[in-house]
Amino acid sequence: MAVLVIADHDGSVLNETTLKTLSAAQAIGGDIDVLVVGDDASAVAQAAAKVAGVRKVLTASSPALGKMVAEAVADAVLPLAGGYDVILSPATSAGKNFIPRLAARMDVSPIIDIIEVVSADTFVRPIYAGNALETVQSTGGKIVATVRPTAFKAVAADGGSASVEAADAGHADGREAKFVSEEVVKSDRPELGAAKIVVSGGRAMGSAEEFHRVMDPLADKLGAAVGASRAAVDAGYAPNDYQVGQTGKVVAPDLYIAIGISGAIQHLAGMKDSKVIVAINKDADAPIFQIADYGLVADYKTAVPELMTALG
Amino acid sequence: MKVLVPVKRVIDYNVKARVKPDQTGVDLANVKMSMNPFDEIAVEEAVRLKEKGIATEIVAVSIGPQQAQETIRTALAMGADRGILIVCDTDPEPLAIAKLLKAVAGEESPNLILMGKQAIDGDNNATGQMLAALLDWPQATFASKLEVSGESASVTREVDGGLQVLEVSLPAVVTADLRLNEPRYASLPNIMKAKKKPIDMKTAADYGVDVAAKLKVLKVTEPPKRGGGIKVADVADLVSKLKNEAGVI
Ligand SMILES: Cc1cc2nc3c(=O)[nH]c(=O)nc-3n(C[C@H](O)[C@H](O)[C@H](O)COP(=O)(O)OP(=O)(O)OC[C@H]3O[C@@H](n4cnc5c(N)ncnc54)[C@H](O)[C@@H]3O)c2cc1C
Ligand SMILES: Nc1ncnc2c1ncn2[C@@H]1O[C@H](COP(=O)(O)O)[C@@H](O)[C@H]1O
Repeated sequence: MAVLVIADHDGSVLNETTLKTLSAAQAIGGDIDVLVVGDDASAVAQAAAKVAGVRKVLTASSPALGKMVAEAVADAVLPLAGGYDVILSPATSAGKNFIPRLAARMDVSPIIDIIEVVSADTFVRPIYAGNALETVQSTGGKIVATVRPTAFKAVAADGGSASVEAADAGHADGREAKFVSEEVVKSDRPELGAAKIVVSGGRAMGSAEEFHRVMDPLADKLGAAVGASRAAVDAGYAPNDYQVGQTGKVVAPDLYIAIGISGAIQHLAGMKDSKVIVAINKDADAPIFQIADYGLVADYKTAVPELMTALG
Repeated sequence: MKVLVPVKRVIDYNVKARVKPDQTGVDLANVKMSMNPFDEIAVEEAVRLKEKGIATEIVAVSIGPQQAQETIRTALAMGADRGILIVCDTDPEPLAIAKLLKAVAGEESPNLILMGKQAIDGDNNATGQMLAALLDWPQATFASKLEVSGESASVTREVDGGLQVLEVSLPAVVTADLRLNEPRYASLPNIMKAKKKPIDMKTAADYGVDVAAKLKVLKVTEPPKRGGGIKVADVADLVSKLKNEAGVI
């Protein structure tokens, strides 16, 4: 058995999502290689080589790969696919984009969003916004899958000494989507998916100014990442990549504080695996209280300043 | 320019799915079904392209049971011109759906396939990417803005960390994210008009596509329930519990 994990990184740092995907790979078993595609991401390849349990690190480099253009990534991985039984990527926006494309090229049904490895060919994945869990078995052939990082513990980032080789990767044929530009939301706060504490704001905030006035100082006090409901993002209070939920980001921090969020099924899907959930909502009947460990029925306009004071 | 819009009939987004006691799946008997919300957004975008004079014809296609005709009628009432229903009593995997849609694209030769990013039942977020691969077309997924000009389209995508703009040459597959637009409600006259628009009835066999599953669903279970929580009296109580009971701050 050989498993290929396609690394998630920012060009210079290997993201924790990769370490968590490696943990799923280890549960599957066999030889584990890491493929680093990017635009000369050699620092990432070096970091991957140090991860415990990695046999070999492969690299593929081009400008399109640096932007994770799906066509380019699929073309790069395809010539390597023959050497592997299982190909995994974390379920990042990039992974969600290229894994199905790759799978289709291989005539494989991809397994999306694995949250548990039952055996080398059997996996659990959430469906219906996490209101049901599906146990699926591959019926032969290769396995191509995305792994939900929040469902796995990271493997140790050190202790390994794998070799790094440039892969005999394929090149896109020129018909791929062309990268034009990007708008990256810069923040000194922890990344939403990896943060130990997440504070999320909802429609109750009423405006972008109010959202940031309320949420940012609280997040900074707690060393937390900021999330939002779809309603808050749709209304322009928060950037799109703050959205937590079925169709946004999935988080599972030690502490999740939902402020002025009602608790729609779609929102719960993105945060209900958090260790401790706190809800602050002025409506005692808001559905969020059904899953909150600690519910505070209050107007956030008084509760959040009190909380800031109490936290010292 | 012709636009093909695949639309899926799924559980209504307001309904909480319940797992069947025998663990074979989710109970859909007597449950409200609707068009997948992301597909409504895709239909809306296609209709706007037509209103701008860019699209000339919109074809809505669904793979599903006979009742999926209603889903196609919804698309027709929103402004699609005609429909194709590939009747299928199972819920094929994205790979099989992509193969069927590829066959439809082969017959229809659309310049653009606009679809949802994700069906809210299976939560795969895979079919558009797979269809693009099978057609060897470029893909632009998770679109929050689409601008078509001549032989290409500029697509703003919602990605981790922010937004990304891609340029795709047409034909291409574009999948809709939540903020692409706000779908309209069909007006009563348009609902009446939609009843007269044609829907072609097909089967998977007509396209020579094998829709057999490649993955075996062993069981469908309920997720673990969270232990019941409590209401705290005030902020002081909350902070004390977070410090002393939960130990998370
Ligand atoms: C296809 C689809 C996908 C979706 N995906 C997602 C997703 O990924 N993530 C997501 O979050 N949603 C998603 N949604 C939307 C979801 O259904 C809800 O509409 C959304 O989560 C509601 O956001 P909200 O809780 O902020 O707003 P509301 O539901 O309007 O809730 C606002 C809450 O704030 C409370 N409140 C108001 N004022 C105050 C105050 N002063 N102090 C305290 N509390 C106050 C109110 O009591 C209320 O409970 C999706 C919907 C669809 C159809
Ligand atoms: N049975 C189907 N009939 C028509 N379109 C579908 C079907 N299944 C999926 N699609 C399309 O593919 C998109 C993504 O679905 P999925 O990959 O299943 O999450 C949906 O939003 C639809 O546009």
